[in-house]
Amino acid sequence: MRNRIQESQEQKSVRDLKIGESGEISSLNDPEMALKLLEMGCIPGAEVKLNSKAPFGDPVTIIVNDYTLSLRLDEAETILLK
Amino acid sequence: MAVTIEAEAPEAKKVPVHHPVARIALIGNPNSGKTSLFNQLTGLNQKVGNFPGVTVDKKTGISQLTPQLKAQIIDLPGSYSLYPKSLDERVIIDLLYDPASTQRPDLVIVTADASNLKRNLLLFTQLADLRIPAVLALNMMDVAETEGVKIDIEVLQRDLGVPVIPMNARKGIGIAALKILVSQQLTATEVSFFEVPAKLRPMVDQIKERFRLSNDYLALHYAHQYKHLRFLSEEDKVWMAQLLEAQEFRSTIEQANETIARYVRINEVLLDVVRVEKAKEEEKFSNKLDQILTHRVYGYLIFMALLFMVFQAVFAWASYPMDLIDEGIAALNGLIQENFSGPLINLLTEGVIAGLGGVLIFIPQIAILFAFIAILEETGYMARVTFMMDKIMRKFGLNGKSVVPLISGVACAVPAVMSARTIENWKDRMITIFVTPLMSCSARIPVYTVLIALVVPEVYYLGFMNLQGIVLMGLYLLGFLSAIFSALLLKVLLKARERSYFIMEFPVYRMPRWKNVGLTIFEKSKTFVLEAGKIIVAVSIILWVLASYGPGDSFERAEERAVAEAEVKGLGEEQTDNLIASYQLESSYAGKFGQAIEPAIRPLGYDWKIGIALLTSFAAREVFVGTISMIYSIGEEENVSTIKDKLMSEKDADGNPFFTPARAFSLLIFYAFAMQCISTLAIVRRETKSWTWPLAQLVYMTGLAYVSAFAVFQLMS
Repeated sequence: MRNRIQESQEQKSVRDLKIGESGEISSLNDPEMALKLLEMGCIPGAEVKLNSKAPFGDPVTIIVNDYTLSLRLDEAETILLK
Repeated sequence: MAVTIEAEAPEAKKVPVHHPVARIALIGNPNSGKTSLFNQLTGLNQKVGNFPGVTVDKKTGISQLTPQLKAQIIDLPGSYSLYPKSLDERVIIDLLYDPASTQRPDLVIVTADASNLKRNLLLFTQLADLRIPAVLALNMMDVAETEGVKIDIEVLQRDLGVPVIPMNARKGIGIAALKILVSQQLTATEVSFFEVPAKLRPMVDQIKERFRLSNDYLALHYAHQYKHLRFLSEEDKVWMAQLLEAQEFRSTIEQANETIARYVRINEVLLDVVRVEKAKEEEKFSNKLDQILTHRVYGYLIFMALLFMVFQAVFAWASYPMDLIDEGIAALNGLIQENFSGPLINLLTEGVIAGLGGVLIFIPQIAILFAFIAILEETGYMARVTFMMDKIMRKFGLNGKSVVPLISGVACAVPAVMSARTIENWKDRMITIFVTPLMSCSARIPVYTVLIALVVPEVYYLGFMNLQGIVLMGLYLLGFLSAIFSALLLKVLLKARERSYFIMEFPVYRMPRWKNVGLTIFEKSKTFVLEAGKIIVAVSIILWVLASYGPGDSFERAEERAVAEAEVKGLGEEQTDNLIASYQLESSYAGKFGQAIEPAIRPLGYDWKIGIALLTSFAAREVFVGTISMIYSIGEEENVSTIKDKLMSEKDADGNPFFTPARAFSLLIFYAFAMQCISTLAIVRRETKSWTWPLAQLVYMTGLAYVSAFAVFQLMS
């Protein structure tokens, strides 16, 4: 990725959001997963909101570009926030 | 231009009309209304075939564009981009990229969800850069409107360089305009959305030269996807691998960069085109509904209640048409046998028509089950089910998306195995396919019914809980448990080749489109009849031959023996006939087989008579009942209670009842686990493209059945 920097593990990701909380995507730290996420509109700079969690806390739904995506926690973890 | 396609001459010749038939491909994101548009354009003039070499359904149909002009419409699998992530999506690149293919479309209609234009345009810009003539069908204008999304069509048309038709495919609005537009000669856009980066130029130029391509972006796609392009030779692929190696081409990073660059460009375009005026109401409604439907307690309760309702409906409603089919087949056979006779007539009635009946009888259950599944999918509820089940299913090596195949497996494993295609991940998909046939399918019901009636008393608890019903439910539960624990076993055994992911769009709730539901029912039933049906009929015929002929003059001697015995016992004509049939079956090839395998099945409590039934039920499990009736000379058209009485009076060598609870339960368990379905084996072979999987299933399931039945018989007797 063009603007991929070596991210530290401690950086905040979508996984750390609380329900209803939003953040701005800074980068995606997993190249393979990134392709799918990018196609679905999770581009750096976009705002992402944690919408809900499944009964056992995983997967979660997020709202990005006005539509809802569902993804697993370990996938949400690859979306890093500013 | 390499990518614009002239109408193919050989194709034009095949068509009796004077006008050449244009090929139009429908392409778009999942949930962009593509299927609705396809149904609107083609009506019932559609057929499902296969894309060559792959097992992806290819839906095509004929659309009457103008009174003079027809076009062939191809419905491509929903996709977010031209970089395929699943098996289904690979069909798109095969169809669009092969310059030599006669199947290439002259034009693509790109469907886009107007309320979600940004993401939907990604795929469009890729197609535009391939310079394929395109039309943008801006679908779901009504949803966009209620969400306050205003789109300036004029500006969008100018910026994209292609005609844009606002429409509402569900209600048929905009279809007429679209038909008129695509009936005209259309050219590709001249607007460029993405330039091949300078450092990739040398590589792209070499690819263009070798494959005689004129389009840069197409050449770039060759570089990204050569491994999956079926029309490239091994030699081409080796050449490509070397080139990419030498150029240090990093596919993943280039794709990511391209996607980001495209979004930047799309944002620029949409800046002048889209204005959002008010907040979304529908989404809030969907969110509220989700709080109940995916609630940690109510969510599962509602799902269980729904499942219960569905199964109730499948078994209660389907019994009427099933009885009709059963009676119809019997009446037809009776009519033919009354008026004609001879070995060929016997082959026709007892082999072919009986086999056909065995196929048709399952259609009502399959149709009803898939009606419910289609409705649940159409409303968006199924996405919530996969969402709720994912974490649990993952523990067993499955995937939230495995829920649909597992539920479908209760009707018939054949369409169920096919519905596992939506699972992108190879390992998850293989495990799902492997365990689905363990779910108790409807072919097991007749076997269960007869055996349960035989050994389980009809007692009621609390006034409504029938003991026989509880045992039946227990067998279903057993099927489900064996499926998920087998999955767990496979999870440990299989090495994953790719990562599993669950990123998917969460659709908003909406009313089902009844036309789509109807078409799903029709297609699933047709698949069953064509895929499973032909094998069931073929095997029925073979088995009929094995059961109707024996070595040498054994049949004549069997008849003499039966007649002599009947005279001694003073039996009537019908009973004598039944006795003859029974003795003849004993001396037939099938009978010889039963006797040959008796030593192997004796530890399970079975004798050679059951051995024959095990053989004949290989075509379809429910044949067990018919064979058992014949073996015990019950005659064909008897009901369950007659069969039951007859079986109960059957004695073993010591004069005790033969069908003890131990024997019956051993058989029940055997039928619950054993892979006795050639159709399923054939479909698994087709879906996995190897014999390894169906053979592993055969060995595993039959082995499990044998061991379990052995344990049950030994413990109970």
